[in-house]
Amino acid sequence: MIPAAEVQRLMEVMQQVKGYIYPNEIDLHWGLLIVVYPYLTGLVAGAFILASLERVFNVREIQPTYRLSLLTALAFLMVAPLPLLAHLGHPTRSLEIFLTPNLRSAMAMFGFVYAWYLAVVLLLEIWFDYRKDLVLWARQEKGPLRWLHWLLTLGATDLSERALAFDRSAGRMITLIGIPSAFLLHGYVGFIFGSVKANPWWSSVLIPIVFLFSAIVSGIALVMILFLCSSLVRRKEVDMACADKLANFLLYAIILDFSLEMLDFIHRLYEAEESIKILSQMISSQLFLSLVILQVLMGTVLPMIALALISPAFHHRAVIDVPAELRRLIYFGAAVLIQIGIFSTRWNVVIGGQLFSKSLRGLTVYKMELQGLEGFFAGAGMLILPFIVLYILLRILPPWPDAEARLESKPADGGPTGV
Amino acid sequence: MSHQESPRPAAPATEPEAGLDRRRFLGLLVFGQAGPPAAAAPAIPANYKPTEHDYAMGVDPGRCIGCGRCVEACKTENDVPREPFYFRTWVERYSVMAEGQAVVTSVNGGAGGVPQPQETGVLRTFFVPKLCNQCANPPCVQVCPVGATFKSQDGVVLVDKNYCLGCRYCIQACPYGARYLDPLSRTAEKCTFCYHRLVKGLVPVCVEVCPTQARIFGEAKLRNSPLSRFLRQNHIQVLKPHLNTEPKVYYANLDGEVR
Repeated sequence: MIPAAEVQRLMEVMQQVKGYIYPNEIDLHWGLLIVVYPYLTGLVAGAFILASLERVFNVREIQPTYRLSLLTALAFLMVAPLPLLAHLGHPTRSLEIFLTPNLRSAMAMFGFVYAWYLAVVLLLEIWFDYRKDLVLWARQEKGPLRWLHWLLTLGATDLSERALAFDRSAGRMITLIGIPSAFLLHGYVGFIFGSVKANPWWSSVLIPIVFLFSAIVSGIALVMILFLCSSLVRRKEVDMACADKLANFLLYAIILDFSLEMLDFIHRLYEAEESIKILSQMISSQLFLSLVILQVLMGTVLPMIALALISPAFHHRAVIDVPAELRRLIYFGAAVLIQIGIFSTRWNVVIGGQLFSKSLRGLTVYKMELQGLEGFFAGAGMLILPFIVLYILLRILPPWPDAEARLESKPADGGPTGV
Repeated sequence: MSHQESPRPAAPATEPEAGLDRRRFLGLLVFGQAGPPAAAAPAIPANYKPTEHDYAMGVDPGRCIGCGRCVEACKTENDVPREPFYFRTWVERYSVMAEGQAVVTSVNGGAGGVPQPQETGVLRTFFVPKLCNQCANPPCVQVCPVGATFKSQDGVVLVDKNYCLGCRYCIQACPYGARYLDPLSRTAEKCTFCYHRLVKGLVPVCVEVCPTQARIFGEAKLRNSPLSRFLRQNHIQVLKPHLNTEPKVYYANLDGEVR
């Protein structure tokens, strides 16, 4: 028996359908969880690319956010597969993607792209970066954290100059591999949508690139939020050189992202294929709030103007000179707006792509459930969960410059007892 | 109609290739048998040779009277949920208005008969039965991450319900809205041309119950089959040809309004 509530929900949707949609389209298949998934992976890729800037391009100003960015990427990456799993009709069969993948399927590559990024890129880079600190923390601390840090060294406790030099070069090498990997991770997520030729809202070669740049925007904005909040919580003076540099990068990224999105939009409008009528109807009705208001005006144009005016983006000078305190506030507000905007972008892609019929003759609605695995609470939980994971990671691997262990005495090999 | 004695199209009409393919090999590694444990339930008679067939269907909208018997028979034959959101086949009514545009409806997929048009100023109406197009180049098969949906050697696109993850990528990839997620099994479902009947030498149930022979089923490559005659004698069109899915459901004299 199909649950009565489910039938009731679909009946209500059916009442709200405008025009004609294929009868199987009344049940909208990819809901909130599939919105959350590209949002989370975007944050991962964006945060990692920000970290790479410091490492590869030697942007000294943003050094204080390097470790924070890496841990943010890790926390969000750990949660990213959860919405996918929860969404599956048979989550217990998910391992089949690894065991018997259909190599022609874009989605089958998820497991491999994910595993590569998690295991080869993020975990290794974080480990090499933290190894010296782990060893020192394990020597200097007391209690369970000391044992945890000792375990995390994986027995590699050599702190000789040669070993540390190796850590640095290995980290650099991994970052070099990591940048294309981060591009791959989120470009790939975009490809999952962009390659669906049946869906004119998704089918576009620009989608992976738009996903990628919006990922960079969202990642930098998230690190900006975390950087400002963590300084506040830790009662530390905000490093304004760093915040300004982040704001600059955020501005450059958002300009690029917006240009690409506009290119996509103008291209569709100019080509005016047979789907243009129904898509225009969708934008002016179902998607008006989430696309025009939230994504474009509030989530892109407004923060872009704010950042362009107050961040020292042009020859290290701002158009309007604003005191540091107000500048911080505006940066924070812009970053929050950008998060709302990027979440709306994901929403508009995923949900928008299913609100019109493939018969191009009608529109349907998305009725989100509150409870259940695909409901509002589950989705909200999965958006909050990465922050909890991040909090734990920050406790275990404090990324703050003042927490960095100092190499004081000549190191001796061995476990925590060998101090 | 023989739906009483026909079992449900039992698990994947199995992949017909012989030999040790990728899935069997990995199945042997992981489960010690070919395929995951639940997947081994073939329902194909020993004398059935999939390589000897190449099935396709012809649809003549000019003959369809919108009675919806095909839709009802399909739901009964294939245990499709009765609720109006799940269809392996459905019938659309097109009402071409005086101004030229068409108004399309499909109340309950046409089950119980398509009701009279309520619009005024209708120039002409016609009915179009829809179903999975059993594409020769199926996007649903391409996107399935685990190969749970596959093209059989006799040209039918099938779903292995013991293997399907329920990710619904195939539903997104189908340009024709021909797939749904079975709310009970939580796996993707679609028209199989009544595969369980085909292997016994029967035709799909929608073809059998159609009172006007609006659906013609048979071998696409046999010159003397009713289907080949149908293909020779009519102007043939397929749905959304620009997507290069190469459908094997052929429509006779199709109106340009039909998508």
